Amino acid sequence: MSIRGKVFRFQDNVNTDEIIPARYLNTSEASELAAFVMEDIRPGFGKREDIKDGIFVAGENFGCGSSREHAPLAIKTAGISCIIARSFARIFLRNAINIGLPIVELKDTSGFDEKDRVEICLEAGTVFNHTKNRGLRFPPYPEFLQEIIDAGGWLKYAQKGK
Amino acid sequence: MGNDATLSEKILAAKAGRDRVMPGDYLLLKVDVALANDITAPMAIKEFKKAGGTRVFDPQQIVLVPDHFVPNKDIKSAEQAKMMREFAEEQGITKYFEVGRMGIEHVILPEKGLVKSGDLVVGADSHTCTYGALGAFAAGMGSSDLAGVYLTGKAWFRVPESIKIDILGKFKPYVSGKDLILKLISLLGVNGANYMALEFSGPGIAGISMDGRLTMANMAVEAGAKAGIFPVDEQTAAYEAERHIRVEKTGPDPNATYCKTLSIDLDELNPQVAYPFLPSNGRDIQEAEKDNIRIRQAVIGSCTNGRMEDLREAACILKGNKVHPRVRCIVIPGSQHIFRQALKEGLIETFIDAECAVSTPTCGPCLGGHMGVLARGERAVSTTNRNFVGRMGHMESEVYLSSPAIAAASAICGTICHPDSIRTQGEK
Ligand code: SF4
Repeated sequence: MSIRGKVFRFQDNVNTDEIIPARYLNTSEASELAAFVMEDIRPGFGKREDIKDGIFVAGENFGCGSSREHAPLAIKTAGISCIIARSFARIFLRNAINIGLPIVELKDTSGFDEKDRVEICLEAGTVFNHTKNRGLRFPPYPEFLQEIIDAGGWLKYAQKGK
Repeated sequence: MGNDATLSEKILAAKAGRDRVMPGDYLLLKVDVALANDITAPMAIKEFKKAGGTRVFDPQQIVLVPDHFVPNKDIKSAEQAKMMREFAEEQGITKYFEVGRMGIEHVILPEKGLVKSGDLVVGADSHTCTYGALGAFAAGMGSSDLAGVYLTGKAWFRVPESIKIDILGKFKPYVSGKDLILKLISLLGVNGANYMALEFSGPGIAGISMDGRLTMANMAVEAGAKAGIFPVDEQTAAYEAERHIRVEKTGPDPNATYCKTLSIDLDELNPQVAYPFLPSNGRDIQEAEKDNIRIRQAVIGSCTNGRMEDLREAACILKGNKVHPRVRCIVIPGSQHIFRQALKEGLIETFIDAECAVSTPTCGPCLGGHMGVLARGERAVSTTNRNFVGRMGHMESEVYLSSPAIAAASAICGTICHPDSIRTQGEK
């Protein structure tokens, strides 16, 4: 599956309070959450029209902090199709896999700027930056995680095995 | 190498029914306890129903604690809590703790003996790692993970590598588990232990109380760790015995493999203050005192420091003193049981005499929910565990993390300070 989109650039240690602040957690409605995604780093971001098919590129430890699945859900529902980061916080990674939001760990994410056009192929393990005309590779998911992804998320996988 | 296992590997192997598991192995395991709160349970319940779930796998396995926004602060959060309450009723889940009988999840689960040594615990809350203090393997997860447990009784795990924390020496006065864990997080960094388990060991841990251990394990996640785990020793056995639970002493094998070892000497450790906006920004109190940090609010409570020992420590410093006129000091016992005990011991009276606000148990200001949200430009010292941008309120407010002793002293002083700078009434 190939994913194409426009880059929105973030730094290291983006935490779940920034992705979806606790003051909006009095609901679990995905569309309500999406409207406030990244609100505390980029006020108004979730209400912008041009974020559909966006791709997040960040540094280390993306999604640290709370276990709220509201965070990847808000990102996914806002139309962001993939997150590329140098590393992900453990629970965020788990939640993203479980809900089927593609994530990519790249050793070096410094060569991406805001608005770059990027194409990702998950099966081949490649990221191509069309704006910079530069390609990078990443290792495939471990087999177990790939099975969860192929099943369409954790709950579908869990029920299959039952 | 060989067959010697870390404590995490031992517990996970036992649950998997295998002699040995190795870091990097993926396991599908039956869990002992699955916890969720008023923020994460509604999403888990929705996912469970969406996946066609009608009856949960085992109601005895499930614990539901409304604690974040209760007693409810607005209509939306009341709807969330209602959804959880109705789910508990419909599914026959008896381990549901209503307002008036509740407490902060990570305070009441150990207190009520709902988690014990050797258990495999998952919770849709990142501070589920708290139970590592008892020698349980406990990890925070998401709502879909929980929904999976509701459906099948199981969750997936990747066996973590472990970092050994070798603790030597003894705490100086006014130094406690909070200072130690803040120091460790500043040494490891906020993702220094990402995907890993911290294993606390060494002769120094015998002198760390159970409340102190719970504080330390609680904040393991602030270094990115999946779990923070203590061996099961005499102290654990005594704590469990009070709850009529019998446990065997256990710990890692002598030659277990760690990806890293960190040694720390408690004799050298000073009280720590973590500056905004990361828990890893810990500095010695002496440095913070020089910076003359004026505060507007002091919060004493949360799943990190809302236990008996924490309240005693704070009361001991506040006794006979008054909170600085510029400061609001908010004290939140972690559970009803602790609230009552604090009343019996006269601590609540001490707090009120000192002009603190005392609240019913709730997470409240810890996550900027209610009961002490900060306005633009306001600064707080807090015994909670996170000081991210906007964590306690406005994006331009600031949180400094500390122990209850430092928070209490700072509430009196109006600036962040060591308790030595406060004269108690007896000495006046
Ligand atoms: S007290 Fe704070 S950290 Fe603990 S469970 Fe509540 S919100 Fe989370």
